[in-house]
Amino acid sequence: MEKKKKHKLVGLEKRKAIAGYWFIAPFIIGFLVFMIRPFFQSLYMSFTNVELGAGKFEMVWSGLENYYFSFRKDPDYVQLLTTELLRMVLYSFAIIVFSFFVSLILNQKFHGRALVRAVFFLPVILSSGVMLGLESNNQLVASLQQTVEEATVGINVTDGLKTILTTAGVGTRAFEWVFEVIDNIYDVALASGIQIIIFLSGLQTIPRSMYEAADIEGCTAWESLWKVTFPMISSLFLVNWVYTVVDFCMRSDNEVIDKIQKIMIEQQNYGAASAMTWIYFLIVIAFVGVTSLAISKGVYYGD
Amino acid sequence: MINVDIKKDTFWDRNKKSGGYLFRKKATEVTVSICRFILLFGLCFLILQPVLNKISVSFMTEEDLFDPIVISIPVHFTSANYTLAAEIMNYKQGFLNSLVISLTTSLVQIAMCTLVGYGFARFKFPLKKLWFAFVMLVIVIPPQVISNSLFLSFRFFDILGIVKLLNHGEALNLRGSIIPYYLMCFGCMGLKDGLYIYMIRQFFRNIPVDMEEAAYVDGCGMFRTFVTIMLPEAKPIITSCFLFSFVWQWTDGFYSRMFLGTTTLVSTSISRIVDSLGAYMQRILGVTVTISQAYSNCILSTGTLMVVGPVLILYLFAQRQFVESISSSGIKM
Repeated sequence: MEKKKKHKLVGLEKRKAIAGYWFIAPFIIGFLVFMIRPFFQSLYMSFTNVELGAGKFEMVWSGLENYYFSFRKDPDYVQLLTTELLRMVLYSFAIIVFSFFVSLILNQKFHGRALVRAVFFLPVILSSGVMLGLESNNQLVASLQQTVEEATVGINVTDGLKTILTTAGVGTRAFEWVFEVIDNIYDVALASGIQIIIFLSGLQTIPRSMYEAADIEGCTAWESLWKVTFPMISSLFLVNWVYTVVDFCMRSDNEVIDKIQKIMIEQQNYGAASAMTWIYFLIVIAFVGVTSLAISKGVYYGD
Repeated sequence: MINVDIKKDTFWDRNKKSGGYLFRKKATEVTVSICRFILLFGLCFLILQPVLNKISVSFMTEEDLFDPIVISIPVHFTSANYTLAAEIMNYKQGFLNSLVISLTTSLVQIAMCTLVGYGFARFKFPLKKLWFAFVMLVIVIPPQVISNSLFLSFRFFDILGIVKLLNHGEALNLRGSIIPYYLMCFGCMGLKDGLYIYMIRQFFRNIPVDMEEAAYVDGCGMFRTFVTIMLPEAKPIITSCFLFSFVWQWTDGFYSRMFLGTTTLVSTSISRIVDSLGAYMQRILGVTVTISQAYSNCILSTGTLMVVGPVLILYLFAQRQFVESISSSGIKM
């Protein structure tokens, strides 16, 4: 009884609470109308057959048929899904590593730092939305790249390394992934603009005195990177990881989403499209949840 | 002439005194900066190269595209590509539409997000944690998940059956009109609105509360305090969120295709430009012609430049606002 009394808001507190609700009212309304409702409707739709009629649509319960359709009947959904998910894992990891090291470099003092920072941030502006898909379609650029590659075959350092490593026969699969990332470093660089800035802002909040203390204790720069820098910005790894994975799902060159939109708009098969979206979404959410839980175990929160 | 005798120590003298430490230090410094320069130059070039490449291609005639000698500087300099691309994309109309829509939606979005962000940063109310968790959820849920349902509910738009009553039992077809998207913006459910709410809240949390409390004590209302005292303080974050919102809306394809399918926008017309080029040629010449891969890509590059150009100029002038907003908001989890 007493506890309840304590929690009852009075006077200014109460007025502030009401005002608070007024301030966030647009979000609440928008969330309920444009998020919660469609969210559950689309979940429901994935179990139904949607039939479009004049001026209305009807949903006929069909159980798991749509899920069966996406997994067993549709010719390329499963294949697209697995490649896209693998790509997501690989690229998210590559983006995090890349942006961490770039931000370390950009945190040093040198001339033209602001310019370099601006260039790295440029893709956030330029390759957003539809631009990203266009970039990869541009055959002119691609063919140019191919000519360059053909001309430098054999004298290329990475190529030489590639041949040596792949013929060594140890962990060929892992090397293949690494090489795929290196071959597509452009994509990685394009997708890591925001992550670099987030890491950079974290690096700048680390007090200099910590490095000085580490230096006096005899830490080398390499050691203080892992013993000071890494723990201090470990919470940003979590932020960046979630952002990267989610961002990857929303990219316009995502083939699963392309496929879903095709089924929805061209074939008007809303039920199957919903089922496919939900499968994809659930896998991604599960992945984000599990990995961020694992990362948050290792996060160091200072005090 | 007394100073002549007191010679200043040269670098090598000092190096000898320090037992070689100075030289080693200097040498590492120089190597590190050279390596850094090479690495950064390479990466920056990697990012900028496609843009530069597009600029050079966009001024080439078809002849130059097939000329193996021409690599980046066109021999037959022409601006015809720009005229053609503008004609195909209906650039003037698209530009105006995009400008108006991006400006208005970003204005609405940011106004609403500022309100909500302020509410989350400054007020204590029951279930606040839950609502904020929902904001995070909005960031995380891809709009694709709900898109098909939204698509249908705007196709057959109805609020509690009222529209049906007025419209002879038929629901309203709002597909292709701009209204649904504005409604969503008013409800903070537009493009990346969760992110803006989050950033604005972070910013407000870092402002000291003294001024607000002084205002309350002097009898200033909650909303008035917000408008007259807090809004001017939050100008930097609001401008940068507005810029982000504008730019992302400008290039957005997903929401535009979803809700504004029939309106000519630069972002939607650029994604169709290759197909439209074929149709345009056919209309002009009267016969079906196959357009060479290179030429259609050249037009694509030109069109991309024309879409990106305004945004690029905006970025050149407002680069600080873009970059610093993210670092200043102090994102943490």
